[in-house]
Amino acid sequence: MAEFQTHEHDVLVIGAGGAGLRAAIEAAAGGVSVGLVCKSLLGKAHTVMAEGGLAAALANVDERDSWKVHFADTMRGGQYLNNPRMAELHAQEAPGCVHELESWGALFDRTRDGRILQRNFGGHAYPRLAHVGDRTGLEMIRTLQDHGIHQGIDVHMECTVVELLKDGSRVVGALAYDRERGRFRIFRAKAIVLATGGIGRAFKITSNSWEYTGDGQSLAYHAGADLMDMEFIQFHPTGMVWPPSVRGILVTEGVRGEGGVLKNSLGERFMFNDIPEPYRKSTSDTPEEGWRYVTGDKNARRPPELLTRDHVARCIRREVREGRGSPHGGVYLDIAWIKERIANAPDHIRKKLPSMYHQFMQLANIDITAEPMEVGPTTHYTMGGVRVNGDTQMSTVPGLFAAGEVAAGLHGANRLGGNSLSDLLVFGKRAGAHAAQYAKAHGSGAIDIHAVDTAAQKALAPLDRTGGESPYQIQQDLQEMMQAKVGIVRQESELQEALVELDKLKARAAKASAPGNREYNPGWHTALDLTCLLTVSEISARAALERKESRGAHTRDDFPDKVAEWGKFNLVFRRGTDGGMVVERTPLVPLRDELKQVIEEHK
Amino acid sequence: MSDGQAFFPQARFGQTLRRDHWWVQPLLTFLGLSAFIVYSTARAVHGKHFLVAGDDAQFLLSPFFSPLLFAHAPHNVHAWLGEFPGWMPQWVSPAFLILWAPAGFRFTCYYYRGAYYKAFWADPINCAVGEPRSSYLGEHSLPLIFQNIHRYFFYVAALFIGLLAHDAYLACWRTQGGVEHFGMSVGTLVLAINCLLLGGYTFGCHSARHLVGGGMDELSQAPGRHGCYNCVSSLNSRHMVWAWCSLFWVGFTDLYVWMCASGVWKDIRLF
Amino acid sequence: MGRVNFQIWRGTATGGFQEYATEITEGMVVLDAVHQIQAESANDLACRWNCKAGKCGSCSAEVNGHPRLMCMTRMDEVLKETPPGRAVTLRPMQAFVPVRDLVADVSWNFEVKKRIKPFRPRQPDAADGTWRMAQSDVDRVQEFRKCIECFLCQNVCHVLRDHRKHDEFIGPRFLVYAAALEMHPLDVEDRTDELRKAHGIGYCNITKCCTKVCPEHITITDNAIIPLKERVVDRHYDPFGSLWRWFHSTDKASGGPSS
Repeated sequence: MAEFQTHEHDVLVIGAGGAGLRAAIEAAAGGVSVGLVCKSLLGKAHTVMAEGGLAAALANVDERDSWKVHFADTMRGGQYLNNPRMAELHAQEAPGCVHELESWGALFDRTRDGRILQRNFGGHAYPRLAHVGDRTGLEMIRTLQDHGIHQGIDVHMECTVVELLKDGSRVVGALAYDRERGRFRIFRAKAIVLATGGIGRAFKITSNSWEYTGDGQSLAYHAGADLMDMEFIQFHPTGMVWPPSVRGILVTEGVRGEGGVLKNSLGERFMFNDIPEPYRKSTSDTPEEGWRYVTGDKNARRPPELLTRDHVARCIRREVREGRGSPHGGVYLDIAWIKERIANAPDHIRKKLPSMYHQFMQLANIDITAEPMEVGPTTHYTMGGVRVNGDTQMSTVPGLFAAGEVAAGLHGANRLGGNSLSDLLVFGKRAGAHAAQYAKAHGSGAIDIHAVDTAAQKALAPLDRTGGESPYQIQQDLQEMMQAKVGIVRQESELQEALVELDKLKARAAKASAPGNREYNPGWHTALDLTCLLTVSEISARAALERKESRGAHTRDDFPDKVAEWGKFNLVFRRGTDGGMVVERTPLVPLRDELKQVIEEHK
Repeated sequence: MSDGQAFFPQARFGQTLRRDHWWVQPLLTFLGLSAFIVYSTARAVHGKHFLVAGDDAQFLLSPFFSPLLFAHAPHNVHAWLGEFPGWMPQWVSPAFLILWAPAGFRFTCYYYRGAYYKAFWADPINCAVGEPRSSYLGEHSLPLIFQNIHRYFFYVAALFIGLLAHDAYLACWRTQGGVEHFGMSVGTLVLAINCLLLGGYTFGCHSARHLVGGGMDELSQAPGRHGCYNCVSSLNSRHMVWAWCSLFWVGFTDLYVWMCASGVWKDIRLF
Repeated sequence: MGRVNFQIWRGTATGGFQEYATEITEGMVVLDAVHQIQAESANDLACRWNCKAGKCGSCSAEVNGHPRLMCMTRMDEVLKETPPGRAVTLRPMQAFVPVRDLVADVSWNFEVKKRIKPFRPRQPDAADGTWRMAQSDVDRVQEFRKCIECFLCQNVCHVLRDHRKHDEFIGPRFLVYAAALEMHPLDVEDRTDELRKAHGIGYCNITKCCTKVCPEHITITDNAIIPLKERVVDRHYDPFGSLWRWFHSTDKASGGPSS
């Protein structure tokens, strides 16, 4: 025990993105001591990369909007696999969370009468996204950070959790190491909130930062919690494709919200060719109408570029496969064309999409006010994750909560743009409040020193081994394999191969070695991240193999249609008593009658 | 800070890993400002040939000597303080009584401060380049805390713009046979451009920007001040350019008047 | 572009440069090169990074002596400024205590932020508890809120870098932060006295190095620091102005004018 520094908190929050910070603030407000652990520096989490906005039915721009419409949109987007309770709470509580953010200093763009401006986004019936140009995520995390540092929260920066510690069935702490010195630390806590984000780093082409290695999902799984909907991984339709080193970096949906159009190499707006039935009524059939929509005409219907992300991504993939792609294997996204419609188009674009303008100017030498961008799908978001109670955000393990991307349920089979930032606030807040409540109602548990020692030994193994393979190489091979075989369109044979490959990769990872010592050693960190990546990759691959239909973000070449029967349950994975993976088909959380009616009304 | 860890040693003077010609910019600033200081001081001490007036000539007054404080032989024109007082030593040039104001304005100007701290005091000589001294007071305490009086110099400088505008107006007239005629010469334009450039520099001042509206958080509540603020801000965003152009031109204006007054050049009449 | 030589700082303050070479292809940024070197020849080369898209501000370092974000600095630009036959130099930020290799200990910055009085809004404008703000007023503060906290401005500021006034001066990043709060249309807190004393705004001698290195192109000096200096002048160095404002203030009971 002597070699471990120990910290004690009532509530420990793991991850300091939007959800983690919001949870920590709420837990602190609940009058308990709070510790916040994050892998990076405070305020650098992946939330900073969210661009488009924060979905909340404020009805500032279109008074027809309400929580009911937002709820119905979310459910339709998620192909009704969502946890309806979460979708309901989310739609109801998001506006309050936005106002709360404003009262903490956030400065959203304004309407003419001085209220919060909202913009259009894919899948949302009305302009609903509160935003700040195209850096909404930065505004949000900075606001939470600047508010959070005055709430008495203990922040442990650059600290990675390697294992959750249990006392019986309940979590009572975590073992972590600080990246700077490589020293282990024990965090004792009465309740733990996971807010670690997604698993995007399991793929080669991704918009996600290095931190997205599925830590929370993996920690929860190994602690015995249920993981749900892991087959649903969202591929954002528009990532950069050129030059190679920036491949995958996100191009915000806001570009399309501001009037950007997708074209193939023939110059054709191909999105008009394939509009899915459920959206036919609400989608424009002429470019003219689409333009009126993006400029705020309430009677116009949305352009097909603003259909849900899964659909747009598949259409782009089809154009590229059928030989109508751009030179570097994408399609064209053109915002410069709006100069035909408005006088000061270049200024307007720079004002509305400043970071996109700089991103392309600096990284690709492309002036988006003058020429089209080349874009293609990129791994973006994990709908699945830790299965939680819709009201409290507690997982199936007592004392273990999850919020944000690491939790499953709100988004079902596919997430609407803008719903993630509101998700972070609504459920971060709920998780924080309920974790504080749980901590007050329960005493401290006992830490099993033996388990701590074993975990620490395991973590040090890559440093002790010599002559093994480089963890970077294994990570790279994993990412390439997942991209090729568990990517945007899946099929049985490839998924089977993926599982075989994963076994091989696991064996290689077990022998990987990281040269150097414990101080800020990224090779060692990568070796430890591999454990998480391999766990979540396997679960995703197995889930994708299991779900024999195409729905939302999950597309199977061999089962191209949606099957009604598969719409009745979620796939749940947990660790069996023998240590093996158990998969279970769990019936959906039932939809209350009044919510059913809301959905019918807004179909 | 990290336990037991140390900073990098302080860089020596001029030490840097920069590969560009970082010394060019401070050198140009040094040469430019030095040249002006030398010229203007010399001219102030010289104290002659700053006025073109008389029959059939445009009325041109050098900005270094504006306003015209003392009557100036052989011209019989109105001077603010009449005859040069007998009790004042002859070596006192009227420019001494004038130049302190624009000099003070420029000395305390936010742009020039940054520029001459680099070029004349190497504090720092350029960004990410080592400095000669390790002690540092900045503008936090005496003596440089006095830079904060910039806005008072602005008030004075703004009055001077009025005087120079008046000079430019006077330069639109010439006397022919005792009758005043409207007309312009190259000299008129030189004075007018001088007034314009100094105006652009003076009214783009950071202090002015603050005083007209920058101090308010909700400018939208005061549309008039908001308009002024936008104008000043727009000038202010090119403050450096205005500063150098006006500096060069005010020197040139003086030179032009000097040359015309001493008969080396002839002021070309336009109409 | 072929094989390029790098001189990369290894170790702490007492460390030194080590030479590495790696293959550079079209479109690569400095961070790509570092990652490639990490994977090929220096597995334990420490470097902080997150988003690789210029949005998180983690990968700040000095490339050829210039403070830059490694993820937004293209290799072709770097090679243009590197004399033929010479190596590209990479070292950590100099104004902070180095941790290891390219990583600097920036924790001081997080401590400084806590010392600045937090946001305090006025009473809500509408009955539903919300506020009304004009976009034109919001614009000014939004410029400052673009800051990604890369701390390159702190690094290049000679007050911190060369004179180590970390205890007396908060640095450009936090003057921008204070400006964002002071100019926030809703904020009613007053930070002028601290700015002058505890935050040491007078140490800034407006040499504008911070503005030059800002990857978000925030006009730090002209739009944030100088306006704050002017607000400090209002309060402390302008007796006639104070008197004038006092005579014109409707609420003379408050004892003096404030902006």
